[in-house]
Amino acid sequence: MVNYFKLIALGLITFFAMIAANYARDLAYMVHALIIAGVSFGLFIWVLRGTGTKTVIAQDEYMDDVIRYGVIATAFWGVVGFLAGVFIAFQLAFPVLNFDWAQGYANFGRLRPLHTSAVIFAFGGNALLATSFYVVQRTSAARLWGGNLAWFVFWGYQLFIVLAATGYVLGGTQSKEYAEPEWYVDLWLTIVWVCYLAIYLGTIIKRKEPHIYVANWFYLAFIVTIAMLHVINNLTIPVSIFGSKSVIVWAGVQDAMVQWWYGHNAVGFFLTAGFLGMMYYFIPKQAERPVFSYKLSIIHFWALIFLYIWAGPHHLHYTALPDWASTLGMVFSVILWMPSWGGMINGLMTLSGAWDKLRTDPVIRMMVISVGFYGMSTFEGPMMSIRAVNSLSHYTDWTIGHVHSGALGWNGMITFGALYYLVPALWKRDRLYSLSLVSWHFWLATIGIVLYAASMWVTGIMEGLMWREVDANGFLVNSFADTVAAKFPMYVVRGLGGVMFLAGALIMCYNLWMTVRKAPAKEASLSVAVPAE
Amino acid sequence: METYSFLREFADSWMLLGLFLFFVGIIFWVFRPGASKEYRDNANIPFRHADKPATHKEARP
Repeated sequence: MVNYFKLIALGLITFFAMIAANYARDLAYMVHALIIAGVSFGLFIWVLRGTGTKTVIAQDEYMDDVIRYGVIATAFWGVVGFLAGVFIAFQLAFPVLNFDWAQGYANFGRLRPLHTSAVIFAFGGNALLATSFYVVQRTSAARLWGGNLAWFVFWGYQLFIVLAATGYVLGGTQSKEYAEPEWYVDLWLTIVWVCYLAIYLGTIIKRKEPHIYVANWFYLAFIVTIAMLHVINNLTIPVSIFGSKSVIVWAGVQDAMVQWWYGHNAVGFFLTAGFLGMMYYFIPKQAERPVFSYKLSIIHFWALIFLYIWAGPHHLHYTALPDWASTLGMVFSVILWMPSWGGMINGLMTLSGAWDKLRTDPVIRMMVISVGFYGMSTFEGPMMSIRAVNSLSHYTDWTIGHVHSGALGWNGMITFGALYYLVPALWKRDRLYSLSLVSWHFWLATIGIVLYAASMWVTGIMEGLMWREVDANGFLVNSFADTVAAKFPMYVVRGLGGVMFLAGALIMCYNLWMTVRKAPAKEASLSVAVPAE
Repeated sequence: METYSFLREFADSWMLLGLFLFFVGIIFWVFRPGASKEYRDNANIPFRHADKPATHKEARP
């Protein structure tokens, strides 16, 4: 019966998407309408062929197939995002790579949001989806709520990624940092996200453990806050229902403040709270010991949640924003150092009494260095938010270096660690295919990040000092092009760091693939009846 | 009073105080008597039910 409604809905969507493609006012909108028409027509056929068949769902098992897809998507989008990053890094060093024949489509300005969204939302987002579904089921001792809704969230999110990425290349962007997709893509993401929240809450509500494990608190904070940030930052009015262009309801400095309230909390709740949820589950599992202090984890959670939301104005020092607001942002950013390091200590000290594992287990080494990078970038961040430091660092490459030591070091490494844990667990393998390949990945990625961060510190501080240098008469000494020329060697080093990080990720993909193909199956999965406890 | 001024004054007085007290309350709550034993048990949640959901019999109150 439900299938009839699905068929009607899919047929109508296909029909209206084709009408929209016909009346489209710009290229991005037309391509998107055609993509939506194609996807919904394909789904129509698929539902039609499946009508009448019944599938039995084993309620006494965890829903792991959607997580397996999520793991594959994470690895795939990771490689895509890193590759885009390496390419645009070399575009900056060698402008000739902005090819003439691809002008307007594949130049730096179009590809940069493709890179940021691919790594944050495609790689990081899929990692969060997969791990959150894994963790919430295990720590609630309950199967995922909502049945096939989890599949809708997974594929709906992939559609969002494809629409966003094609939109950037074709010029469908609202030019807001980390929130570039246009209005209809935003609406689609809102629907997907509300379903994600429903699945997550539903699973927690039907949990069999009386206590909600701390990792779930972090994941839930991430889902709820991202929903709020996304909706408020994307309150736009489309110019035409048949065009991608829209106008934001905020104006001037209010728009800037809302944007950076969103932008900083995308870092705070997407890239920090969500990944801390990963840390609080996968580090104890891999180290085979409970978290260092559960009390600290609760205080860590509330302190982080209460403070992060205020830190946004530090992106707008020395602008039209009132001084009190930027001072508020700066003060909260500095206080935020404390809960950040509280969390870092909690993650690192989980290994107390098991430090020998660092020598023998490259996966735990990866997780520990990610927490180390978290500590480093959460010290660097508060320091850069201080107005005097910011006057030197802002608009320079130092900011880019800071973002990447956080994103590559913390988010990347903890995700790699989680993937190395998840693949044998999900495909029921006894162990990884090769630990020495994990070590290769570890060292390539670590040296790559060090090259990246160090070259950006040098070029950022150099650039900041060159911009403010004045001669005896008060005239500026350097033109902007002088700083660009001076940065060339550091740009090449940065690109090489990116190549190393990408090479490590490719080694990981090979290793995970071979784990599924070649590693011996787990003994326990071969016997039929294994009691849960 | 216009909405902005009202919200502004409320935010940096009663709301600030309320949130601060909530946070202090959490710290006291975390260190309440008997908490250590409970948290030791909670910290071990990841090591239970790794392969299968809990059945009704095992479910704890």
